[in-house]
Amino acid sequence: MALPEVKQNATEARLATLSLPEAGCTRAAREAALARVREMGLPSRRDEYWKYTHPDTLVSPEATPAALFKSDEPMMFDGFDRLKIVFIDGVFIAEASDDLSLEGVSIDRLEDICCKDIHWAKELYGVLEARGQSPVERPLAALNTAFATDGVAIHVTGKPSKPISLIYRHASETSDAILHHIVRVESGAEVTILENGPAASRFNKCMEIDIADGGALHHVRAQGRDHQRRAATHMFTRLGKESVYKSFTLTVNGVLTRNEQVVELTGDDAIAHVAGACVGDGDFHHDDTVFITHDAVNCESRQVFKKVLRNGATGVFQGKILVKEGAQKTDGYQISQSLLLDDDSQFLAKPELEIYADDVACSHGSTSGAIDETALFYLRSRGVPVKDATNMLTLAFLAEAVDEIEDQSLAEDIVTRLEGWLARRG
Amino acid sequence: MLEIKNLHVKLEEEDKQILKGVDLTVEAGKVHAIMGPNGSGKSTLSYVLSGRDGYEVTEGSATLNGEDLLEMEPEERAAAGVFLAFQYPVEIPGVGNMTFLRTAVNAQRKARGEEELSATDFLKEVRAKAKSLKIDADMLKRPVNVGFSGGEKKRNEILQMAMLEPKMCILDETDSGLDVDAMKLVAEGVNALRNEGRGFLVITHYQRLLDHIKPDVVHIMADGRIVKTGGPDLALEVENNGYADILAEVN
Repeated sequence: MALPEVKQNATEARLATLSLPEAGCTRAAREAALARVREMGLPSRRDEYWKYTHPDTLVSPEATPAALFKSDEPMMFDGFDRLKIVFIDGVFIAEASDDLSLEGVSIDRLEDICCKDIHWAKELYGVLEARGQSPVERPLAALNTAFATDGVAIHVTGKPSKPISLIYRHASETSDAILHHIVRVESGAEVTILENGPAASRFNKCMEIDIADGGALHHVRAQGRDHQRRAATHMFTRLGKESVYKSFTLTVNGVLTRNEQVVELTGDDAIAHVAGACVGDGDFHHDDTVFITHDAVNCESRQVFKKVLRNGATGVFQGKILVKEGAQKTDGYQISQSLLLDDDSQFLAKPELEIYADDVACSHGSTSGAIDETALFYLRSRGVPVKDATNMLTLAFLAEAVDEIEDQSLAEDIVTRLEGWLARRG
Repeated sequence: MLEIKNLHVKLEEEDKQILKGVDLTVEAGKVHAIMGPNGSGKSTLSYVLSGRDGYEVTEGSATLNGEDLLEMEPEERAAAGVFLAFQYPVEIPGVGNMTFLRTAVNAQRKARGEEELSATDFLKEVRAKAKSLKIDADMLKRPVNVGFSGGEKKRNEILQMAMLEPKMCILDETDSGLDVDAMKLVAEGVNALRNEGRGFLVITHYQRLLDHIKPDVVHIMADGRIVKTGGPDLALEVENNGYADILAEVN
């Protein structure tokens, strides 16, 4: 079916500003992705999947300029022993990064995978993204596959001694970065991937993760506090038998952030947890869109998303659990909650379950509420000032999401940051 | 110490007068009990003194050592020395009991211009006090009151009281939901805190709590007023004859 003219024009206007990288071995995948983009068209406000989040600034030909983020605070995860991979405005900077060799993992820059003849990478690039286009289209991810200018290929074959840390920095007020990472976790291997930092004025990031039987990947990401950024991120994850995927994202500030998680449980007894905690103020807009497909027996999935909103901030949650025929003994859980600190803020939630197996346990819940006045009074009656008491209850509200981080020291670091931010804001 | 004069209070939402001229003075070192039938305004009095929202004082005053309580925020009243042991202690998921206690203790110290308690000193103190109330380490670690039994919740209130060392302790139906053994334990905790500088206002329906926490003065409250004041015997009279006789007498 031909695209509506408006949509086609908008799509072509965006495409006109981009050129397909030569990119050797991924060239075919990129051309296929470009064809997908043309077929789907870039998202517009009229699309059901973008009903709550206006994609205009994510698809416009030029990125909206964003002020550079400056802070005296040390960056997230600074105290942690990790392998640092640094991107500035979406470009890998070797001098700022650590030596990429580490036992149990091999890391290559995306543009090097062809000359090194890395088969797994060629077989993964754009593949999970393409699978993730059905039943719901994700044109920004296809755009990413086609035009990504940089990224890394991470091949985990053992249990590296420290986390792989992707660090993003922002140096130009008009930067428009497109990054694409691919990760393959081999059978029995285990890795932690960290992501943080203000990436660019506009950031389109895609990560494809393929976890083989018995593999495990832990992902902890911090987005913020570069408030003027606009970001669309996709994570496509496929899980094999008895594998584990756990992802947590902290988002603080940001006029537009859309984080999509597309998870496919394809092997029996696999576990996928995706969680997010966000704290937004004013013209903050944050969208978590999650799609988890159960296509194997006895798998477990959890979605835990918590949003604290005030001064007119907007939070969006679109979460779906799809249980395919034959995916018996599925245990699916989904909770999305917002804490609205005033009457101006809003939380828009669309929880969905679609189940084609008869022996499953799936539950979902979504709530919006204010601070519990009784609890607030209880704390105050013990002498805790109202602001501190509010912050304590806010942290308590976010705790269920933060608890999804398996590594205690990372979880504590996140909580400490949150405490600091909450305490300092007015 | 605590001086309440002609206190009139109405519920903000319902425009309903609950307290209709309460006069009450609690001296330092004394235990005053307030008894009275349901709906007489006992709990309202405790909430108004501790600063809960939703009540409007239309007349009268309440001071603690000369300081106007009604002008203060709840946390300021706490720092000034008011403590309310809740009839229904609130469950707060996600906030650790220990974190809560330490935050409260140090917030009060800070408000009074005192030095904050170090983590080690705090831990030592809280462990010793918890032990005497038979509160185990697990209860201290758990989120505030979450999954606590009725007795555990009340013991936890007393632990907070012991840690915060308030000047004026208000106990709102602390005996409700307690079995005899739990009540004894709670009463022992309260009695351990009795001293010359501290006043107590014990609100209860029943005389039995007063067997364990011996009051100096007993007040009967009805329809928003203190209608009768007497010694410990007054509580026994209520226990034997109910409120009807007393109310008939004062009317």
